[in-house]
Amino acid sequence: MTTLLTVNDLRAYYGQVQALHGVAFALDEGSVTTLLGANGAGKTTTLRAICGMVRTSGAIEFDGKPILAKPTENIVKLGIAHVPQGRGTFTTMTVEENLQLGAISRSDRTAIAEDIERMYGHFPVLRQRGQQQAGTLSGGEQQMLAVARALMLRPRLMLLDEPSFGLAPLVVQELFQILGKINREDKVTILVVEQNAQLALELAETAYVIETGRIVMTGSAAEIASDDSVRRSYLGY
Amino acid sequence: MELFWNQVLAGISTGAIYAGMALAVVMIFTAIDNFNFAQGEMAMFSTFVAWQLIQWGMPFWWAFVLTVALSFAAGIAIERALFKPLAKAPALTNVAGFIALFAIINSVAGLIWDFTVKPFPTPFGTAPFLGSELVSTHQAGMIGVTFAMLAFLYVFFRFTRIGLAMRAAASLPESARLVGINTSWMIALGWGMAAAIGAVAGILIAPVVFLEPNMMGGVLLYGFAAAVLGGLTSPLGAVVGGLLVGVFENMVGTYIPGAGNELKLPIALALIVVVLVFKPTGLFGRTVVQRV
Repeated sequence: MTTLLTVNDLRAYYGQVQALHGVAFALDEGSVTTLLGANGAGKTTTLRAICGMVRTSGAIEFDGKPILAKPTENIVKLGIAHVPQGRGTFTTMTVEENLQLGAISRSDRTAIAEDIERMYGHFPVLRQRGQQQAGTLSGGEQQMLAVARALMLRPRLMLLDEPSFGLAPLVVQELFQILGKINREDKVTILVVEQNAQLALELAETAYVIETGRIVMTGSAAEIASDDSVRRSYLGY
Repeated sequence: MELFWNQVLAGISTGAIYAGMALAVVMIFTAIDNFNFAQGEMAMFSTFVAWQLIQWGMPFWWAFVLTVALSFAAGIAIERALFKPLAKAPALTNVAGFIALFAIINSVAGLIWDFTVKPFPTPFGTAPFLGSELVSTHQAGMIGVTFAMLAFLYVFFRFTRIGLAMRAAASLPESARLVGINTSWMIALGWGMAAAIGAVAGILIAPVVFLEPNMMGGVLLYGFAAAVLGGLTSPLGAVVGGLLVGVFENMVGTYIPGAGNELKLPIALALIVVVLVFKPTGLFGRTVVQRV
């Protein structure tokens, strides 16, 4: 299996404060990986560092090319889609415009139209809401839209930051089923950051645990799920 | 009654210019959350360029098109050189930048073309429009050109991908970058378009207010008022605001005894303040519907 993303000795800073202290991990092409950790451990920062949205040092390679500290928009164009915390919905625009924006760096118009249809297939509720202002969607619908918008890039890697946050349990189940389907059918590599560790470990094959800016544990999802300390800290039983 | 409708039409024709300036103000405001105080001076300078080209013998419409294109390029250049470096600076630093730009453009125009008042030609003529004594063919032309420009902008922002990208960059820069939009260039493009819109407004109003370095002072004030009345973030609001201010101003001057030309500005502005007291977001300022 080929490695799609390699992160080495990644350090990130917010002003004078260092948030990551040498994070290292790798993602195999086509895999689903989860990054677990408590609030403030550095999960979101890790995702933001990959997309060049914080000040960083170290090394990040995507598909063999260094991408550390490149402008966000250039990193995105290489095929890395980021679904940010809070979803980043363009609330004043229609659902369809949001999907169009997801594909704004592509120029193949007919394929874009086909992809919008494909998204409506994955998420039928978005079709009903196509011409509606995206801000009027419910939280769950907005999260679906955020994932659909990210997929419109035809990404090779999708980064998801707390996709279950604030959603009803049933909606979360549905969302994670769709994520699994996208991984299998479209061969999109996924890195998901989650508070809901149980759910994330069901979806993922590999898991990393991050604490105060350092990776403290690595293993298959099953190993991590059965580890006593992880169970106590993140699974709550 | 005929006087009334003539005054409305005359109000709409100057209102169209205010709408143009308001639109330029709104374009910059939505991109960088700041008023460009130098918008009027940029428009004035563009108008001088058009005048110079015409003096050199260029036909009016050629000069018009060339000036608008040059203004577009100059707007981008000003953003790249002056305001891109200030992108992360505090708002007041930006305000200082705008005021400096205002002073520089004003003095340079005076230096090159001096401060004497110059007549500016109109391609529409000044005959009475459809036999009306208050509205000239030039005023009708102002309305026509402004509305054509508005239609173009509407189509651009509503139906083109670059227009969509510009709206996205203005409303949510971080999300825009995450879908691969170069937001910094979108801001520059906004400056270019604002400068071009200002050039159109300046060239159209110049035959009415005459050409000199301070010609846009009053016009920009009305433009600001129109933008605020319309709600600052809404291009449609800017246009409606501009037309309303133009018509208000004429109504006040005509129907309020003793108001005349001297008092119509303060009275029109007072009316705007009253509107804003009851509707602080302006007439079209959007209260965003959002669920979480």
